[in-house]
Amino acid sequence: MLGTTVILAFRAINRHKLRSFLTTLGIIIGVAAVVTMVTLGNGATAAVREQISSLGANVLQLRPGQGFGRGGGGPRPPDFKPADLTAIENQLTGVRAVAPMAQSSGTAIYEGNNWSTTIYGTTAAYFEVQSWKLTSGRLFMPEEEQAGRPVCIIGNTVRTNLFQNADPIGQRMRIKGVSCQVIGALATRGQGGFGDQDDVVVMPIKFVQRRFTGNRDISQIMIAVDDAYDTSTVQNSLEDLMRERRQIKAGSEDNFNVFDTKQISDTLTGTTTILTQIVGAVAAISLLVGGIGIMNIMLVSVTERTREIGIRLAIGAVAGEVLMQFLVEAIVLSCLGGVIGLFLALIASWSIAPLMQVPFMFDVKVNLIAFVFSAVIGVVFGYFPARRAAALNPIDALRHE
Amino acid sequence: MPADPIITLRGVTKIYGSGATEFQALKGIDLDIAQGDFVAVMGPSGSGKSTTMNILGCLDVPSGGEFLFKGHHVERLDRDQRALLRRRYLGFVFQGFNLLSRTSALENVELPLLYRGEDKKTRYELGMAALDKVGLKQWWDHTPAELSGGQQQRVAIARAIVTSPDVLLADEPTGNLDSERSVEIMELLTDLNRNSGITVLMVTHEPDMAAFARTIVHFRDGLVERIEKGLAA
Repeated sequence: MLGTTVILAFRAINRHKLRSFLTTLGIIIGVAAVVTMVTLGNGATAAVREQISSLGANVLQLRPGQGFGRGGGGPRPPDFKPADLTAIENQLTGVRAVAPMAQSSGTAIYEGNNWSTTIYGTTAAYFEVQSWKLTSGRLFMPEEEQAGRPVCIIGNTVRTNLFQNADPIGQRMRIKGVSCQVIGALATRGQGGFGDQDDVVVMPIKFVQRRFTGNRDISQIMIAVDDAYDTSTVQNSLEDLMRERRQIKAGSEDNFNVFDTKQISDTLTGTTTILTQIVGAVAAISLLVGGIGIMNIMLVSVTERTREIGIRLAIGAVAGEVLMQFLVEAIVLSCLGGVIGLFLALIASWSIAPLMQVPFMFDVKVNLIAFVFSAVIGVVFGYFPARRAAALNPIDALRHE
Repeated sequence: MPADPIITLRGVTKIYGSGATEFQALKGIDLDIAQGDFVAVMGPSGSGKSTTMNILGCLDVPSGGEFLFKGHHVERLDRDQRALLRRRYLGFVFQGFNLLSRTSALENVELPLLYRGEDKKTRYELGMAALDKVGLKQWWDHTPAELSGGQQQRVAIARAIVTSPDVLLADEPTGNLDSERSVEIMELLTDLNRNSGITVLMVTHEPDMAAFARTIVHFRDGLVERIEKGLAA
């Protein structure tokens, strides 16, 4: 008996192509909208997470001045001195690694290629603080740091612009007119909200101070907090220590600031969570709207087909057979719509994700939920009006206009 | 010539609605229809002829009385059992043709065979044979929209006889046709009755059409008024 109803269902679908298409359309749009939105939303979330993690976890950044953009006017607050660094290393508890930084910029040249970039002067601790790995080569030796040797570790953007596919390790390049040897190449960190993080040349701080900045000032100190310690406690001790060392009177404002990456990471994670929830809510609404679309077209279609149901009953179809036919039709259309919807969502999110600069994140769970939900709506709303029609007296169904 | 009754109605009543809106459409019908008979049912609107046809077609159930079809007490059967009875023994022709739209003549005719579970080859052979009988073999792949009214009704007749039913029920089969087409349809029904031995029950209000029948049953006010011999008898 199932065979008969399957034949009849496929005949009905084939004969009423427009009606079948409209029924399917609700499901296609519902599924495609939801899956595309959630896929892109997940991609955006992942992109934000990646940017956060590139800041490094539990890192305090100590800078002179009053935070970003504040405290304009007045004399420029002094940079830090090497003695400040020693004090932090020796007097502060809960510190895992400390990296001083001196910054400069200039052009790097290798065999006729030149590239304008940022120069960081720091120590090997910088890479630990930043959790930044090398793809090849090595870090600075203690002797190289102390003597300020002309060695450098280059970011991926610098590497591709100067060396293309050649191995840079051991090569000598010129930076700001000074020759230096490339000893390491960094793993890529990508484009973040903080500019191209791979466009950098890292050198021993003493070299940068001697040859480029011309003094022993440290423009920034990065401190990695030991996981066993509370970041805010360490931050408070750090602030006390610096107020004391910079001789700031009680009641006066700090002329330095401590920037907690954990804090901003928490804020951004919170934002991302809200973003995900909003995307989820919008997705749920569009799925609901898609469901109502399916429901409407199914109701209209069954009402329209009441006379057909009457004919089938009159010529000897049992109500169950008529119902089964409608059920098979609804299942076929719903599943077909679901599959087309998933396919469209795949194409849409795959092509939109690069435009939004977010990774393409295929989520099986979302695909499955959207598909099952619309299929169930299609089947339920195809089934119940049909059941009502099949329960009619054949004569009443036949008279139906 | 008429043999033992295939259909027996005893004291059949039919009441629609309840309470103040109650309406007694049939007030106690006694009727015997013999195997191989050609019965025309006549009467003014509201006389109960359509109600009787619906009961005879197992589409509706009587409110009271007995309805024996080939010895089965139809009034005791449920919906599905009556559907199986229709599938096995009955064929229907309606005033409004009631063909499935966008469906070829052959597929319309094959439909009852599908519900019977016949295989593809049998469906095709029986379907084409039925279309041949109504003279529409060469129109097998045309949809109802591509056929004239008379042709559509002949497709409907082919669909009704494709299962070789014992009884063919026709409710105003010529109601939507001009007189020339009507005569063709009546000649076709007469031929099926005479040569295929199908018992034909037909509702009509046109005496010209009733004249083709062997027996004419007149209804009035929910009762059988009189039964007379038709010209064909």
